[in-house]
Amino acid sequence: MLNLYTRRRIVNAIGLVISMLAMAFGLFWLCWILWTLLEHGLPALTPLVFSQMTPPPGSSGGLLNAIVGSLAMTLVGTLIGTPIGILAGTYLAEFGQRGWLAPITRFINDVLLSAPSIVIGLFVYEIYVIRVKHFSGWAGALALSIIVIPIVIRTTENMLRLVPTTLREAAAALGAPQWKIINFITLRAARAGIITGVMLAIARISGETAPLLFTALNNQFWSSDMDQPMANLPVVIFQFAMSPYEDWQKLAWAGALLITLSVLTLNILARVLFRQKSASH
Amino acid sequence: MPTFLREASLKRHTVLDLLFRNLTRVSAFGVLALLMAILASLVVGSMPAIRAFGFGFLTSSDWDPVSEQFGALIPIVGTLVTSAIALTIAIPVSFGIALFLTELSPRVLRRPLGIAIELLAGIPSIIYGMWGLFVFAPLFADHVEPWLNDHIGTMPYIGPFFSGPPMGIGVLTAGIILAIMVIPFIASVMRDVFEVVPTLLKESAYGLGATTWEVMWRVVLPYTRIGVVGGIMLGLGRALGETMAITFVIGNSHELSKSLLMPGNSIASALANEFTEAYGELYTAALIELGLILFFITFVVLSLARYMLFKLGKREGQAT
Amino acid sequence: MNAENIANPQIITQKTIVPKIIVRDLNFYYGDFCALKDINLSIAEKMVTAFIGPSGCGKSTLLRTFNRMYQLYPKQKATGEILMDGANILDKAQDLNMLRAKIGMVFQKPTPFPMSIYDNIAFGVKLYESLSKNDMDERVEWALRKAALWTEAKDKLKQSGTSLSGGQQQRLCIARAIAVKPQVLLLDEPTSALDPISTAHIEKLIDELKEDFTIVIVTHNMQQAARVSDYTAYMYLGDLIEFGDTSMVFTNPKRKETEDYITGRFG
Repeated sequence: MLNLYTRRRIVNAIGLVISMLAMAFGLFWLCWILWTLLEHGLPALTPLVFSQMTPPPGSSGGLLNAIVGSLAMTLVGTLIGTPIGILAGTYLAEFGQRGWLAPITRFINDVLLSAPSIVIGLFVYEIYVIRVKHFSGWAGALALSIIVIPIVIRTTENMLRLVPTTLREAAAALGAPQWKIINFITLRAARAGIITGVMLAIARISGETAPLLFTALNNQFWSSDMDQPMANLPVVIFQFAMSPYEDWQKLAWAGALLITLSVLTLNILARVLFRQKSASH
Repeated sequence: MPTFLREASLKRHTVLDLLFRNLTRVSAFGVLALLMAILASLVVGSMPAIRAFGFGFLTSSDWDPVSEQFGALIPIVGTLVTSAIALTIAIPVSFGIALFLTELSPRVLRRPLGIAIELLAGIPSIIYGMWGLFVFAPLFADHVEPWLNDHIGTMPYIGPFFSGPPMGIGVLTAGIILAIMVIPFIASVMRDVFEVVPTLLKESAYGLGATTWEVMWRVVLPYTRIGVVGGIMLGLGRALGETMAITFVIGNSHELSKSLLMPGNSIASALANEFTEAYGELYTAALIELGLILFFITFVVLSLARYMLFKLGKREGQAT
Repeated sequence: MNAENIANPQIITQKTIVPKIIVRDLNFYYGDFCALKDINLSIAEKMVTAFIGPSGCGKSTLLRTFNRMYQLYPKQKATGEILMDGANILDKAQDLNMLRAKIGMVFQKPTPFPMSIYDNIAFGVKLYESLSKNDMDERVEWALRKAALWTEAKDKLKQSGTSLSGGQQQRLCIARAIAVKPQVLLLDEPTSALDPISTAHIEKLIDELKEDFTIVIVTHNMQQAARVSDYTAYMYLGDLIEFGDTSMVFTNPKRKETEDYITGRFG
């Protein structure tokens, strides 16, 4: 009896120690990666990074065109993806109880959500880049928007489902038509959650590289024309990091630090915002 | 009672209702159309390769752009093997993290630690790739791979998988980095489902004298297995489609090798590396067909996960 | 238990009794499950009618057929007739939003919309009336006064409706419902989530509101039914067991089941 009990206690102790080790294991990588980024990125993060264009190998330069290109494509991608995502998510949550469209769309959305982003890049290449015969910022933004859509659909639907039905009933009981109930009551009540979802989507696409490889490609020069190949941080990081030139690698580290900081800030901001908003309700 | 209700506003509302409903409906339909379009474009794009190689494409390990002979075996195997390595490491670690976060962690640390793990998921994959190439791979080559060669590489049966030149880049490295990337996904799903287990259930088990480990292993895990499976599938989906992190460290070699220490290739990294430089219709088509195969694999994994969840949910009469 | 003999005006009141809503052979289904069976009753104008009974007896379901709230959900349907001023509510041709503008409803839990107190009340009014700023201000004040919330809320009209206490929120919901000047007010266990003091407030309010509105209240609290209502319907498992003058139902029930429930030998 004692024997069995001792054995159980030992198993328990081992299990718990392993659990703690697992936690440490997870944190270890996070710290290590962040440390590496700071170590290599901080020295490379000079004011030039924000004021100069990407250089040819062997000369000094910055990442200005890449930063601006990334911002532009992320912005356009979000602006295209968010409304479609919110509308479709609204359909699933509010009109989706009957009919065949909603369950299928829900499944398809899951497929898109886990679709490899590089395949999205291929798709945009096939339907857009080939047609217009050149890489462009628009194509990049389009690819990013396709990544945004399923994320926004998912959060919109989930957040709308959290809105208590009594709120809908209360509005319906006043004789409010459905479009008004949804736009002024339920979407409003779910606002904080949906904004969080959009922010997380922005965080996600601002670090995406794969879908931009075949769409926006890269551009060594300043370009504010979305119809031209467009420089962007992730692809620049990829090309510079894989190159044998030291200045390029340094710039890649600076870009990597920049992108990680902004993505992590967005992530944390989204969480804090959501907590505050949902606490006040 | 005043008769203020206006016919006009009533009519306007009916019209707007219809408009709004159809607008959302069209958007939902758009998602459907999007998937169809993706599938169609991939199939059309890969048609030349499908015509040239047929099903042989799946089983051939040739990849010779010069003589235009293409086969998908190596990238497919690479994708599956790296994902398998990733899950083998990530599942137990994620369980440990979730257990720690729900049961062991001091209350004040719970949220910050949870966020830290989620931040690991937020780091863009290209960062993992860079870090893997410049930091992890050299260390791995200098310290871990020689050890693997000496100790596990000499064992019967599994030995050949772990022997080879210690180069740092290779299938095993890619798998490990993938594991780090999917841990946060699986761990946060596990934590979320562990947290919704009714306290009463856990307390009843503790009340019988069960240890924390036994409560987790025998009560919480079975109770939440649907959600846990869902989380693992989510992680698997991620691992299969991951591009940038792997591209940096897998070595991009079209040689089939038994050893996990040797460079290999995955579908996504073959695409990332070769697509923009591919010349000729057949080369491009072969790469697009690779994309189609990858899409198909993730689709199958997701459908399987869905089906399992559906079955489990039905049997237990509960859904997570 | 049919409509004719309950509206029997033997009770001496200062009001003349006119049936506002007449329910005839009403059946209600959740999928295949029949939740209401052949209900017949009538609701007197500008009176308070209470539905009582144990949980799951169908009292809320019955209430929700009056504004066809069930139509928000698939697989729920009602058959029979509910006549309000002679027009059948269940008629497909009946416009839902118009119907609901005429029949206000207040729910178990307070449901303030995620907007300011003022906008909460203006929301419903704006749907069918275009009032000037002044008229709207007046209407909001009128509704808040009617709901006995004006003194507490007049200084924070711009604040979120969720900043009020539970009892105040429920009165806000009542104000919101009466601001559109409905003819009938449906109250679905309006005090079940409130403390005794707030409950007393609301009960007093109901008494005042019946000057202007026909009120139907669902309650699981029998004392409340006895205090506020003029007529009481006792329901059990989807059947209307007894319906009549409240004092009669409570002091001298005709049916044994009603007596058991009221005296606490049941449920």
